[in-house]
Amino acid sequence: MSGDGNLDLYRDEEAASYTVKLEVFEGPLDLLLHLIRKNEVDIYDIPLSIITREYLDYIKMMKELNLEIAGEFLVMASTLIQIKSKTLLPMPADEESTEEEEEDPRAELVRRLLEYQKYKEASISLAERDMLGRETYARTFLSPELAGMQPEEEPVEVELFELIEAFRKVLDRVSEESFHEVGAESITIAERINEILSLLEGKESLLFDELFPENFNRDFLIATFLAVLELCKLKMVKVVQANRYGSIWIQPAVMEGEDAVADAES
Amino acid sequence: MPNLKSIVESLLFVADAPVTFDRLCTLLEEFDRGEVKEALNALQDEYGREGRGVVLAEVATGFQFRTPAENADYLRRLTKTRPVKFSQSALETLAIIAYRQPVTRAEIEYLRGVDSGGVLKTILEKKLIKILGKKDIPGKPLIYGTTREFLELFSLKDLRSLPTLKEIRDLSETAPYEQQEELPLGQSEGEGDQL
Repeated sequence: MSGDGNLDLYRDEEAASYTVKLEVFEGPLDLLLHLIRKNEVDIYDIPLSIITREYLDYIKMMKELNLEIAGEFLVMASTLIQIKSKTLLPMPADEESTEEEEEDPRAELVRRLLEYQKYKEASISLAERDMLGRETYARTFLSPELAGMQPEEEPVEVELFELIEAFRKVLDRVSEESFHEVGAESITIAERINEILSLLEGKESLLFDELFPENFNRDFLIATFLAVLELCKLKMVKVVQANRYGSIWIQPAVMEGEDAVADAES
Repeated sequence: MPNLKSIVESLLFVADAPVTFDRLCTLLEEFDRGEVKEALNALQDEYGREGRGVVLAEVATGFQFRTPAENADYLRRLTKTRPVKFSQSALETLAIIAYRQPVTRAEIEYLRGVDSGGVLKTILEKKLIKILGKKDIPGKPLIYGTTREFLELFSLKDLRSLPTLKEIRDLSETAPYEQQEELPLGQSEGEGDQL
């Protein structure tokens, strides 16, 4: 996010050029693996047209949301298109077929995906080990760097891709022609933030989809989505799902201050 | 006649980090290594029995008293600390460094497909990795490796006790895995230019 403080948020004239930067991306390889898993296709025989299209859809979506797209995502987009165009080219007619059998143009990408997946799995098994300060304790003091880390939450935290996927479904519901705009009745993110907060007031949680009523235009929906992201960043709400691929819920976050007070009293 | 087993137990109890066997032997110079080893083994047996609240763990090539995982919830009440948690990017980067060290930032970024400068800095600050030196190639990039703290944190005896990476099915005929050592950095761009 460009602003240093929350104040920026409430200045209307800045809302239009609002930028949100999210650091939770694990990169284009992660996104590709996600798409491959989601479509249940064979990693050794990736249907390029489907995967490339969905990949580009995601990028378009991020652009639409004014999310800062890391350069790596664009490089991968062009790589996908390059590979796809290679597969369309006719094989060179046997004029000195020196390069042994032509390698599948997808091979290098598949290698990278597999390699990435290998380390991703390794990282998961690392996280499952008995960690000092989590499963096991010693008579030492935790180093201050490790002691102040985030608590674990029971529900699964929603990954960004899933959130975007959910938002895409919302946008799909609103076909572009189904409304016509009358004047410039725009809504700011700050307004949506306040509306969401009042919706949440006194509630345990709110279904993500409930934030996106029918009959509203894209501007409204996008402002709503950005408001959710901003609330996450301000740590005023938590976005969780009971299980992976379950429905997404918004919960008011417990304030840090209250936590500390409770700790001190006990 | 001093009771060696009891002495070793006391030393390990008070030490604020895992104590290696060599260090124990240095501290207990009047005993011979065989005796120290025996005492350690006897202690490990005793603490390895069912139902103990303390185990003698082998971590970071040393020995340390630690608590079993099933008691973690109660210990958290005592220490009032929040459980350690890492981001996915930190874990991925740690995994790559642990398995491929010594490794450069460019290699990590090739494998992850994404800029890793920020996360490297974070785990460097947490002392989970360290700079091992510079690689003798153009640009002399820094090379990274994991630290003793990394082993301690993840309850690893040494790097060899990392779980083996999952075997990966080869792509037919292309046999891509032979040159795992050299990553084709910058090569893919070159190919693109020819098109």
